[in-house]
Amino acid sequence: MMRAAVTLLVSLALSILVAISFSRTNPPTAHDWALSFAFVICSWVCAWSLSWVADLTFPKAQTRWLVPAIFGIGIIAAWEAYVHASAIPVVLLPSPSEIASKFAGSLPTLAADFVQTILRAVIPGWLIGSGAGFLTALLCDRNDFLRRGLLPLGNLVAALPIVGVAPILVMWFGFDWPSKAAMVVVMTFFPMLINTLAGLNASGHMERDLMRGYGASWAATLLKLRLPAAMPFIFNALKINSTLAMIGAIVAEFFGTPIVGMGFRMSTEVGRQNLDMVWAEIAVAAISGSFFYGCLSLAERRVTFWHPSYRR
Amino acid sequence: MKTEAKGNFLPLATVTLAIIVLWYLACIPMNAVLTTPKIASAGGGFANTLAFSWNEVRPVLPSPHQVAREIWNTVFAVEPWTIKSLVYHLWITLSSTLVGFIMGGLLGILLAISIVHVASLEKSLMPWVIASQTIPILAIAPMLIVVLGKTGLPDIFTKASISTYLCFFPVTIGMVKGLRSPDVMQQDLMRTYNASASQTLWKLRLPASLPFLFASLKVSVAIALTGAIVAELPTGAVAGIGARLLNGSYYGNTLQIWAALFVAAFAAAMLVWLLGEMEKQSLKRTGGKA
Repeated sequence: MMRAAVTLLVSLALSILVAISFSRTNPPTAHDWALSFAFVICSWVCAWSLSWVADLTFPKAQTRWLVPAIFGIGIIAAWEAYVHASAIPVVLLPSPSEIASKFAGSLPTLAADFVQTILRAVIPGWLIGSGAGFLTALLCDRNDFLRRGLLPLGNLVAALPIVGVAPILVMWFGFDWPSKAAMVVVMTFFPMLINTLAGLNASGHMERDLMRGYGASWAATLLKLRLPAAMPFIFNALKINSTLAMIGAIVAEFFGTPIVGMGFRMSTEVGRQNLDMVWAEIAVAAISGSFFYGCLSLAERRVTFWHPSYRR
Repeated sequence: MKTEAKGNFLPLATVTLAIIVLWYLACIPMNAVLTTPKIASAGGGFANTLAFSWNEVRPVLPSPHQVAREIWNTVFAVEPWTIKSLVYHLWITLSSTLVGFIMGGLLGILLAISIVHVASLEKSLMPWVIASQTIPILAIAPMLIVVLGKTGLPDIFTKASISTYLCFFPVTIGMVKGLRSPDVMQQDLMRTYNASASQTLWKLRLPASLPFLFASLKVSVAIALTGAIVAELPTGAVAGIGARLLNGSYYGNTLQIWAALFVAAFAAAMLVWLLGEMEKQSLKRTGGKA
C-alpha cells in the first residue's frame, strides 16, 4: 500500500509539473512533443497507481470491474487535462468533452451511419461468412481429401492482406452495402473454417469410441458429441470474426460508398478537419464492437459453461 | 487425431487446379458485360467467346495468365528501383511493415513481462488492451496518419505506428500465456535454487515462452503487412502496395490491382515462412520440440 500511494503521489506531482511546462504555442514545438510523451508516461503511471490503490482498498468482488474502470476514467481525465494544459489545436486532438458534445449533437448522422455499416454490412456479412465457413468445415470433415487440400490453402489465405480485395469487390458488387457485406464474408470465412475444423477434432478418442460403440451415425456423433466439444473453438472464431467484420466493412467503405456509412464519415471528416466528429464515430465503432463481443461472450458462457476456463 | 501418413501434395494440387479451372470458367460470365458486343461483332462462336473473355484489357475478372503476365511485366521486366516496378513498391511497404513489426513485438514482449510480474497491472491494463482491439484501428488509420504526419516524424514511422498498434496485441497475449506456461514444479525448482525474479525470467520463463512467441509473431507479421498497406491509403501516397491498389481502383486498372495483390500475398507468405524457419532454429537450440 505504501508503494502504491508513493507511486501515485510522485506520478501525480510529475504530471502536474509537466503540464505547467507546455509552451501552449500553435503549432506545437518539438519541445512540446517531448513534454507530451513525458506527460503520457506520467499520467499513465498515475492512473495505474490509482487503480493499484483501489485494488488494495476494496474487496475482491468489486475490484474485478472497479480496477479497470478506475484506470479507464483516469486515462480519460488525463486526456482532458492534456488537451487543456498543452493547448493542442483541435485539428490534432480534441478533448473528451468536445467529443461528447459532438456525439450528443450528431445523433441522427451517427445513427444513419450505424445502420448502413453495422446493420446492413457487418451483421449479414458476419452471419453469411461464418455460416459458409461452418458448412465448408462440415464438408471437409466428411471428405478427408477436400480437408487436406483446402486447409493449407485456408491457412495461407488467412495470413494474406485480405483488405486488398476491397477495390475488386467494390468493382463487382457496386458502391452500396452489398460490396461491404461481401468484404465481410471474405474476411470471416477462413478463420471460421480453420477454427471449426480444429474444434471438430477436439473431442477425445475415448468419447468418439463410445459413440462408435453405440453404433451412432456420422450425423448423430456430430450433433451429440463433436459439435458441443467444438463450441469453444467455434465461439473463438465468432469473436475473432466480429472484430474482422467491423474492420472489413469500414475499410471497404474507403474504396467507394454512397454518402452514408462509418468509414465514409471517418475519411471525409478527416478531410474536413472535423476530428471531433471522427472521434465520435470511433466511439460508436468501439461501443458497437464491444457490445457485439460482449453478447458473444455471454452466449459463449451459456453454451460452453463446462469449459475449464470458467472455473474460479 | 489421425496421423498424416499420406502427404498433402495431391489434395493441395487438386484443389489448386480446381480453383484455377473455376477461375477461367468464371471469367466468361463476369466479363460478359464488356465482351458481348465484341463477340457479336466478331461473328460469335465459342472460340471468340473464350478469346475475348480471357484477354480483355480492363477486365472485370482478369484471367490467370493475364495476371501472371502483368506480374512478369512489373516485377521481372523492369529495373527494381524504378517507380514502375512492383518490387520498389513492395520494398516501401515492407520497410514500414518491418519497423512496425519490430516495434510492436518489442512493445508486446515488454508489456507481457510487466503484466506477469506486476499483478495490479494485469487487472487494470488487460481489459483495456482487449477492448482496444475492438476499435477497428484500420478504420481510424486515416485520421492517425494525418495527425501523426503533422508531428514531423518521417513517413515510415507514421505508417509503422499502425502496424505497431496491430502487432502488439497478439504478441502480448501470446507472451503472457507463454511466460506463465512453465510447470509449477519447474517454478518451485527455481525457488529452491533461490533464483530472483529476473533469473527465473531469463532462465525459465523466456525459453519456455518461445513457441508461444513465434506463433504470435507469425500472426503479427501478417497483420503488420495489412496495417502498412491500409496506412498508405489515406494520404494519397504515390508509392507502396496500398498506393498501387488505390491507384488501380481509381483508374479502373484491374490488372494493376490483381498484380499488386498477388505480390503482397507472396510477401506475406514469405515473411511467415521466414519466421517459421527462425522458430525451428531457435527451438532446436533451446531444446524445444522442433
